[in-house]
Amino acid sequence: MNAPDREPASDLWPDPLVSRVPYRVYTDPGLYREELERFFYRGHWCYVGLEAEVPNPGDFKRTMIGERSVILVRAEDGSLAVVENHCAHRGARFCQREFGTAKRFVCPYHQWNYDLKGNLVGVPFRQGFVVEGRKVGGMPPDFDMKAHGLTRLRVQSHNGVVFASFDHGVPDLRDYLGPEVMPWYERVFDGRRLVVLGYSRQRIPGNWKLMQENIKDPYHPGLLHTWFVTFGLWRADQRSQMVLDAHGRHAAMISRRNQGGEGEATRGVASFRQNMKLHDERVLDVVPEPWWNGPTVTMLTLFPSVIVQQQVNSVSTRHIVPRGPGVFDFHWTHFGFADDTPEMTRRRLRQANLFGPAGYVSADDGEVIEMQQQGFVQDPAARTLSELGGRDVGPTDHMVTETLIRGLYRYWRGVMEV
Amino acid sequence: MDAPGGMIDVALRLEVQDLYAAYSACLDHGALEEWPDFFTEDCVYRLVPRENFDRGLPLATLAFESRGMLKDRVYGATQTLFHQPYYQRHLVSGIRVTGIEGGAVRAEANYLVVRTRKNELSEVFNCGRYVDRIVRDAGRLRFAEKLCVFDSELIPNSIIYPV
Repeated sequence: MNAPDREPASDLWPDPLVSRVPYRVYTDPGLYREELERFFYRGHWCYVGLEAEVPNPGDFKRTMIGERSVILVRAEDGSLAVVENHCAHRGARFCQREFGTAKRFVCPYHQWNYDLKGNLVGVPFRQGFVVEGRKVGGMPPDFDMKAHGLTRLRVQSHNGVVFASFDHGVPDLRDYLGPEVMPWYERVFDGRRLVVLGYSRQRIPGNWKLMQENIKDPYHPGLLHTWFVTFGLWRADQRSQMVLDAHGRHAAMISRRNQGGEGEATRGVASFRQNMKLHDERVLDVVPEPWWNGPTVTMLTLFPSVIVQQQVNSVSTRHIVPRGPGVFDFHWTHFGFADDTPEMTRRRLRQANLFGPAGYVSADDGEVIEMQQQGFVQDPAARTLSELGGRDVGPTDHMVTETLIRGLYRYWRGVMEV
Repeated sequence: MDAPGGMIDVALRLEVQDLYAAYSACLDHGALEEWPDFFTEDCVYRLVPRENFDRGLPLATLAFESRGMLKDRVYGATQTLFHQPYYQRHLVSGIRVTGIEGGAVRAEANYLVVRTRKNELSEVFNCGRYVDRIVRDAGRLRFAEKLCVFDSELIPNSIIYPV
């Protein structure tokens, strides 16, 4: 896996190196549409939510896979279903609520209605209507209710996190995530019941892949984020590990907090603040939890649509919703566990000040992604350069590397055939 | 701060309005280091998506529990958070004193924050309402509690400065 990486050349990307990404990969509308098809609608599992968001039969959550609106729902038999949010009749995106509880889905336009698994169960005037003793109208006699349900997606849930795919031929979720990343997934999601603490939502004017790259990039946190380097939450002198699946599409960045302060990892780092002291230290009142088993931070990128964050006591999923080549929405779901004490819940909420659209170590990620996109647009012939730690792809036992970004683009080029 | 005969004293209402005007002016002039002085020592400041507020979910976009945390935010926003600089303009309307509780005034107001970045058009940034508890503290009115509950479903990239 550590062999230098060579890919077939093409007009878009003549350079065989996966470490140099043409700016057009982030701006081209045609490529973007192809990405939606090949990553979001075919061959991949996309995040749709947590089981805790739909605990009871009838509970639903409206969400997005790529640019397609879908509904995650718990059916009457307790199973999970995901259906696409447009009516089989005239196409209306019938569900306009984010969350709710329903017995059926009813399109308001002509009241076609569906059971919670998307089967068409009611069509007004299907048998026609009697006017002055004469039956008029109605659907043709060969109209088959069974053939006109909502688009149903394949659904799999693993330890409380729900994924769906428009592609019914996609491999099982476990195989899709792969044995390298799975232990880190199951470290956070070991089957404990989750409790949703709330949502943050932002729109970031950048290409959706930049957010995957941001969390496959262990190089930047100790440089861009003062809080990480100053308080030892993420910096080059920590014991760290970079893990990726056999395809290079999913990854885990794992590290252990150290005491912070001045050291080799802060020399020349402009964002380090030696004398920074908090007036109120409760924001960083970190209490180790037994399930951490050592690492204080694990950041998972599950391609293409979700990031799973554990950074000290703050845990969240971050859902990527592309909105065109140059913009994506980013939905954060912060959660805790059912056996959390009230103190632990309060701690998770306090530490949430570090994350999200205003967070001390996240707000500026959105800002730099916007600045990247500005750069891409102005010079389409240029390329990025991600060669820290070499030009190859493979796991490492340190964070001074951009290998995970290279892994992503080795995979991307394969699927996109460029 | 009790109001005689159930009526809310006109002078108090004007004083509350002045507080909101001064608060907006502080943020709009970029005088962030003065922002914590608008709050009591053990204040609560929360910037909350309306969705979380309405559903009773406890997560806030910003959640501070002391003037010290506000000072830390000012330091964070001005010294540590990399961002494209922007002006804020607060339009606060419909200031209502909704009640007097013990020594505190309950007040609400609508707000609209317009963001203007260098070389860009001004844009609606965040809109919502303040739900506040105001007390007299060391000779002036201060916020003991300020909830900024925003309607805006999506934050335009990031929020750096307080609202």
